[in-house]
Amino acid sequence: MDLGVAQNWFFLVIGLVMVAASLVVVTSRNVMHAALMLVATLGGSAALFVLLGAEFVAGVVVLVYIGAVIVLFLFGVMITRVEIGRGSSLDHANPWPAAAIAIATFAVLAGSAVAFFGDAEVDGVAAVRTSDIGTSIFDRFVVPFEVVSFVLLAALIGSIVLARKDPES
Amino acid sequence: MVTAVLIRGTSVLAAAGEEAAHSDGGVLASGAWLIVLVPFLATLAITLFGKRLPRHGAELAVGAVAFVGLYGTVLLLATWFGDGIVYEGGVTIGEFGGFEIEWAWVVDGLSIMMFFVVGVVSTACFVYAVGYMEGDVRPTAFFASFTLFAGAMLMLVSAANLIQLLIGWELVGVSSYLLIGHYWEQKENSSAGMKAFIVNKIADVGLVIGIIIAGITVGTFTISTIMEKVVASDAALDDVAVVIAVLLFIGAMGKSAQFPFHVWLPDAMAGPTPVSALMHAATMVTAGVYLTARMFPLFEEMAHEVLTLVLIIGTITLVIAGLLAIVQDDIKRVLAYSTLSQLGYMVAALGAGAYTAGLFHLFTHAFFKSLLFLGAGSVIHAVHSNNMSDMGGLKDDMKWTYRTFLIGSLALAGIPLFAGFFSKDEILAAFNEGGYPVVFLLGVATAFITALYMTRAVALTFFGKYKGDGHPHESPAVMVYPMLGLAGGAVLAGFLNVPGITEAFYKLVSTRVVSSELLGEHATSFDFLALGLGLTAGVLGIVVGYRLYMEDAATQRERDRLRIPVLWPVLENKYYIDDLYMNGIVNPIKGPIARFVNWTNSYIIDFIVNVVGAFTRGLGRFVYSGLDQRGIDLAINEAGAGTGFLGSRLRYIQTGKVQQYAAALFGGAIVLVIGFWISIT
Amino acid sequence: MTLAQFLVLSAALFSIGIYGVLIRRNAVLVLLSVELMLAAVNINFVAFGRYFADSTAGGQVFALFVVTVAAAEVGIGLAIVLLIFRNRASANIDELDVLKW
Repeated sequence: MDLGVAQNWFFLVIGLVMVAASLVVVTSRNVMHAALMLVATLGGSAALFVLLGAEFVAGVVVLVYIGAVIVLFLFGVMITRVEIGRGSSLDHANPWPAAAIAIATFAVLAGSAVAFFGDAEVDGVAAVRTSDIGTSIFDRFVVPFEVVSFVLLAALIGSIVLARKDPES
Repeated sequence: MVTAVLIRGTSVLAAAGEEAAHSDGGVLASGAWLIVLVPFLATLAITLFGKRLPRHGAELAVGAVAFVGLYGTVLLLATWFGDGIVYEGGVTIGEFGGFEIEWAWVVDGLSIMMFFVVGVVSTACFVYAVGYMEGDVRPTAFFASFTLFAGAMLMLVSAANLIQLLIGWELVGVSSYLLIGHYWEQKENSSAGMKAFIVNKIADVGLVIGIIIAGITVGTFTISTIMEKVVASDAALDDVAVVIAVLLFIGAMGKSAQFPFHVWLPDAMAGPTPVSALMHAATMVTAGVYLTARMFPLFEEMAHEVLTLVLIIGTITLVIAGLLAIVQDDIKRVLAYSTLSQLGYMVAALGAGAYTAGLFHLFTHAFFKSLLFLGAGSVIHAVHSNNMSDMGGLKDDMKWTYRTFLIGSLALAGIPLFAGFFSKDEILAAFNEGGYPVVFLLGVATAFITALYMTRAVALTFFGKYKGDGHPHESPAVMVYPMLGLAGGAVLAGFLNVPGITEAFYKLVSTRVVSSELLGEHATSFDFLALGLGLTAGVLGIVVGYRLYMEDAATQRERDRLRIPVLWPVLENKYYIDDLYMNGIVNPIKGPIARFVNWTNSYIIDFIVNVVGAFTRGLGRFVYSGLDQRGIDLAINEAGAGTGFLGSRLRYIQTGKVQQYAAALFGGAIVLVIGFWISIT
Repeated sequence: MTLAQFLVLSAALFSIGIYGVLIRRNAVLVLLSVELMLAAVNINFVAFGRYFADSTAGGQVFALFVVTVAAAEVGIGLAIVLLIFRNRASANIDELDVLKW
């Protein structure tokens, strides 16, 4: 990573923020903090998308994730009365097996990334415009797009059916 | 599916010495596939919708076979009044490598004769069955199987290749199994069906192997091509011709119930009577004769020695079955053994090289034997018993049944001007002229026996005093009319081939897709030695029968007067008649012979079967207790116990905690990735 | 910018997500961690899309699909959590061990 390039400085800052925020997400004893730190992580990913020339995806992540999904989570937190504030029952007692697996996964993924794509540059490639994404979705990816729309519809109906109070009880 | 229509109408070889006047039959012959298709479609329709129809599918069944009968009649008339039809058509259904699956049908004199016989006799039997099966437990199943039975036989006789013939052959076997075991609630009925099926299956092994050898040798299963090779004296075929002929004839022996495969036919009486009528007259048992006739050029040109075997088998069958017919009480069994005997005549005639005579007897026999069975069924329907000891004196109560049955009996006994006379005479003449004096004499003797047992059957059923329960009534019109129609056939069919006068039948069956020289031989004048002896034997049989079963009433009454003071019945009690016949008259003469034959049947043949059965049972027991229980089962049980033990320990890792599963998942994925990584570097 | 730096960051987020999924008892927090993992996947998609210069913008399109599916997953997941909470008065998934022997 060449720190002589301004973009890399941006990347470094955003990356560190994301890792720190995500660590808070998985360790925080306060559920509200965890949810808000997820916002920070996702915001960081949106910033990375901008850095990679994917403005549209960045916008979608901000709108859908930060705007809608997080709100959903907050509702979930409140409805299920997760203990807000410090409490010991949020986590399992022994974190070390989970940590070991997480570290091993990181080692494998990062190791293979460096090993196989160690010196690959992503600069110098023309950014994809939003209109190209639109054309691509409704041309080449129209079938998966329609499938995803059905998935969303099914999820919508499914969550209503699941969350609705059973009239008998 | 249908990729091509093949017309092979041109590959015709005329009978030698005959000016070949053949037509391809036009649309009449090219549409003959309907004959096969219609019964199969009817079977399907009856199976699917039969239960919802007012007559449970009988209307569809009758309609289908009536169509076949009509079509067969039209074809027959077209042959007689026009040129002989020779046609072979087919559709290719599929192709596997170089092997084509085709549905091909042959329309020539031989198959037209069979279309006619099967169609007409089936129509009579089906119409009759509408009345006979009234109130049956499973009419839909019956009519579906019955239609399949007729359709399978038509498939068999229309087949232009051996594979299709085999399919029809096996379908006949399957549907006969279904029909014989129609009343399967009674154990003996389903056993009878099983017996017929298994005995046939054993013989079918010969047929299948024969067909395979023939197909491999010639390179095609098309019968006409094989026959062309026969006529052309193909060397490769000549080498295996005897083997093929023997194997095919083994198959024919099974279906046509020739000794030693005859055991299934008497038991097959367990089926409803219309089935017996059709089975004994037109379908099933004639299949073997048909196969032999269809392949006849192979037998006579390349495997002439096999014809001797055919002759011997036929002769044995005709004698032993005739003798057994005398001692039966069940009227259907009398007719069944009689069928065996007559089939023996047909087969022996083919064996003697008398192609036309054998087929002619098949033709006439179809009419009078189906008539006799329908008459027997009518009587059984009225009396509710198969045993002649429960019958007697029915000639006044059942006038039409009596008259038609009498016509059938006279035809079977070979009385002049009835159908059986001409055909049996022609067979006897063929024995005489072919130089087989022993066979000739046995044939004449069996003619005597035939007349004797038919007289006995008529006497015990229709004369004397009624011995059953209730008051028998004539059967309904729907059962009587078919009998009348068949009676007409039994009277008239013989005139189609009177030596020296008419040769319509000869012209018919000698018109074949591929013919050969010997088919041209047929009797052109009466053989007066055969005629005289045959006629004498028949008349003598009737006279002896009459004296035994009717005239004998004097001694009968002497002995019976004390106990049953009824005045006049000729055969008042069949028990004493049989007693008299066994001890007094027949035993010294025929009893030992018949008993010996019976003994052979039940001891020697059954002994072999029993030994095989005992061996198989012992083997089975050894395999069960030795190999199965101690070997295989032990291994399986131990494996099962091991798995169970392992499971009882391993189940503790199934904690139900999703996160532990997730941890295992990710851990496994890591291991895999590391494994791949190592393997590619 | 190198591709590897994005991949390593993504790997870090993904591993942290795994840790969260494994360590958290509360179902809502597990779902939060799953979102982390999905975000990591999105970064990979977009980075690889840029790297391969895909003319159909497949990387970005699939990132969008992932976002959509994630939204659906959150909806269904929270509905299930809600249902469980109603039935058992708890959202702790380690108490949901009816799958066990």
